[in-house]
Amino acid sequence: MEIDNLVVRYGEKAAVDGLSLTVAAGTVTSVLGPNGAGKTTTVESCEGFRRPDSGRVRVLGLDPIADHDELMPRIGVMLQEGGAWSGVRAIEMLRYVATLHTHPLDIPALVERLDLGSCGRTPYRRLSGGQKQRLSFALAIIGRPEIAFLDEPTTGLDPHGRREIWQLIRDLRDDGVTVVLTTHAMDEAEQLSDQVHVVSAGKVIASGTPDSLTEHHTKSLEDVFLELTAPKREAR
Amino acid sequence: MSTYAPRPGSAPWTRKVLAHSRMEFRLLIRNGEQLLLALVIPLGLLLLLGGTGLGSRLPLGDGPAIDQAVPRVLALAILSSSFTSLAIATGFERRYGVIKRLGASPLSRTGLLAGKIGAVLVVQVIQLAVLIGTGFALGWNPAGGVDAVVGVVLVVLCGTAAFASLGLLMAGVLRAEATLAAANLLYLLLLVGGAVLTPVDEYPAGMQGVVRVLPSAALANGLANSTIEGVIPWAAALSLALWAAVLGYLVSRTFRWD
Repeated sequence: MEIDNLVVRYGEKAAVDGLSLTVAAGTVTSVLGPNGAGKTTTVESCEGFRRPDSGRVRVLGLDPIADHDELMPRIGVMLQEGGAWSGVRAIEMLRYVATLHTHPLDIPALVERLDLGSCGRTPYRRLSGGQKQRLSFALAIIGRPEIAFLDEPTTGLDPHGRREIWQLIRDLRDDGVTVVLTTHAMDEAEQLSDQVHVVSAGKVIASGTPDSLTEHHTKSLEDVFLELTAPKREAR
Repeated sequence: MSTYAPRPGSAPWTRKVLAHSRMEFRLLIRNGEQLLLALVIPLGLLLLLGGTGLGSRLPLGDGPAIDQAVPRVLALAILSSSFTSLAIATGFERRYGVIKRLGASPLSRTGLLAGKIGAVLVVQVIQLAVLIGTGFALGWNPAGGVDAVVGVVLVVLCGTAAFASLGLLMAGVLRAEATLAAANLLYLLLLVGGAVLTPVDEYPAGMQGVVRVLPSAALANGLANSTIEGVIPWAAALSLALWAAVLGYLVSRTFRWD
């Protein structure tokens, strides 16, 4: 995935302002940044939901807008919230999305792995936050994508659930799936990522492996993040 | 092969469309409000107009009240399923992120729209079966013949295309709550002022020019012409096709996945 000098504006305000980054195949790459830094807009530009005002985005060599129909079967997207009819049952939704793909994952195995069996017949609106999160994760990977975009995948999960999702992300990478993660959880990014990009004010302000950014783990990634994204104070 | 190894691919277009139509239809029949709009209101109106004598005292048109009431209630049913229900459902799909979720799937824009229209057509088959059956039970005596059948099918298809486009346009540019309010309001306005239940000629002379070009008037008059006179209502079908073309173009310009 390649993003070169991406600019996306909402009216006069540039949400993304000349952002460039690349994601290598078969890695887990985290995009970190404070609220409003431009992370979601950047990822949504890769998913074809935002049209760049300038710059270039290529995912698997394709333009997410012009090549939308060709690209979508090859990527998996986990939305931060929502994404299902309020009255649809969890398993029903999973089966429906699986039908749209040629070689979907085995549904019973995925249901068991994500512990969705107990809520399979529950309407989406009655699922707990954690169950919705796990269903959303399942929907992102059911089609065996080459790239999975995961937006805060462990928000609302208990510690066991978080660890299970972390292991699943590692398994995806080990099986050759490229994972792009946007998260506020620094421990998550530190544990899972091969590469981290820190975004602030619509630009990448630091990139590297967790090891290099934390100077061989002499600092936590959270400390590094806070240093990098601290509001600048005017010199008196 | 390892468990999660990438093996992406899009299912054939027809399979995707059928899966989407099936899903939308299943969700619709679980939704009481949608069923009320699609079936209960038109059926209640038909029973009121055709079974109580009320139709004879209202300006439905010349001839037996039931012969006038059936095509006009059919038009109302088409309006409710292809416009009001579709607009409200699509507005809330956008609100709940379903449209965005589907935008990141292999469904494609044409697949989504075709799937939605497919679900609407299935609902309409049920509406037509229930209302026509009830009409016959109440003594409806339509003109027979191939032209009448072709006329009804043609007008239903063109009307569905026009009103579905209007519903999708509304759901694409308004918020979900605004779509809910506007779709219900327009449904009522067209019911009373759009020549759905009352022929255009019954309106005040100053209004007739405007009412005549409304798609609701073309739909109701086209169905009435087919079932009462046994003809193919080419003018009504053309009017609806033009509405569908213009509104469909606007949908294609305003449609967004998020």
